[in-house]
Amino acid sequence: MSHGHYELNARNLLCPLPVIRTQDRIGELQPGDQLIVTCTDPGALNDIPAWCRINGHRVVDVSSHARELSITIMVCD
Amino acid sequence: MTQQRAQQRKAVALISGGLDSMLAAKVIMEQQIHVEGINFYTGFCVEGHTHAIRKKDKKKNKRNNALWVAEQLGIKLNIIDVIDDYKDVVLNPTYGYGHNLNPCLDCKIFMVNHALAWMEEHDFDFIITGEVVGQRPMSQRKDTMPIIARKSHADDRLLRPLCAKNLPPTLPENEGWVNRDLLLDFQGRNRKPQIALAEHFGFSEYAQPAGGCCFLTDESYASKLSDLWETRGERSYELDDIMLLKVGRHLRPLPHFKLIVAREEGENHYLEGYRHQYVHLQPISHKGPLALLDGQADAGDLELAASIVARFSQGKRAEQVVVEVVDPRAGITSLKVAPLAASDIPDSWYV
Ligand code: SF4
Repeated sequence: MSHGHYELNARNLLCPLPVIRTQDRIGELQPGDQLIVTCTDPGALNDIPAWCRINGHRVVDVSSHARELSITIMVCD
Repeated sequence: MTQQRAQQRKAVALISGGLDSMLAAKVIMEQQIHVEGINFYTGFCVEGHTHAIRKKDKKKNKRNNALWVAEQLGIKLNIIDVIDDYKDVVLNPTYGYGHNLNPCLDCKIFMVNHALAWMEEHDFDFIITGEVVGQRPMSQRKDTMPIIARKSHADDRLLRPLCAKNLPPTLPENEGWVNRDLLLDFQGRNRKPQIALAEHFGFSEYAQPAGGCCFLTDESYASKLSDLWETRGERSYELDDIMLLKVGRHLRPLPHFKLIVAREEGENHYLEGYRHQYVHLQPISHKGPLALLDGQADAGDLELAASIVARFSQGKRAEQVVVEVVDPRAGITSLKVAPLAASDIPDSWYV
């Protein structure tokens, strides 16, 4: 079964909204899917990985371009 | 095995990010109850966003305390967006406001009621909070705590582990899911028992929010929100309105418009996100802040607005500053203005 790659635009949202949007989107995805969250609030750099750790998902990549952050999450069981 | 699973009771804990809710959850986890956290985002929460905006606050810890607490406890946390539903609590509180625009009693009823809905949907057994009798003047009094249980419809499924011994037994105690003898009898504003319990559990770091958990307890924020309602002629708000009240200097030189002037680079960046929604001004002959104009402004008002914005630019002592005015619907104009002197800006303009 192939896994999906999805994107979430959380630009200009302040924490914890990027986390909430991520949480809600991941709730609709399947284990193995990947979600790339793009945001502008640097707080997301702590909050999204923390949310992933406590909810059992895996951050597989973090990158930044100009003032934007991209966090790639692998959805786990 | 099946029988054991059937007996595993589950509690949902309201996690604010402060010490009390952290301790309450831990006390119940110690009794082999499965605990998950829930945290409500109302739009007014002090948590998270403010420190993300201002550059001067960049060195501060950017963590979200509710997430951090959940991680320390090793529990899941569900953060729920209640921005829209919460409006009625702020706009029409049955039990009124505290010192500022904080409707604490209605707010607690709302949160416990939403936790109850979550509990039922996820097949949990009861709700826990970190409330302590006598700790807060409005929502944590001996006479108001039963109101929260009753009006939220949680009734005896609401357990406050830190002061349970000062309150009638609840369902989890009566059913023997938790041992009442191991619950606590804290009361009043003294924080020593909480600090001792934190030490007992080995929690050396925790957040102690002063005053309250949201901006509605803040006098300056509440006055900006009141100003918004008065000048719009109606008590209503959208998320953008309440977020912008946390950013910049707010000056209202005339009743029909207000300026939100960035105080530094971080706020400039944040306000840039609103450029398509608001008329905005920025000096172009000198380095200076971005300002959003909220309300209606004619040509004379725009001149005044530009001279105020020029006042906060590096050209404040120059004879003239060129300010670009962008109206997302009408286009771009440039105004040459003399910056106002500090003494020309009365205190009464600051909202
Ligand atoms: S301080 Fe704010 S979040 Fe806390 S109970 Fe009062 S109104 Fe609710």
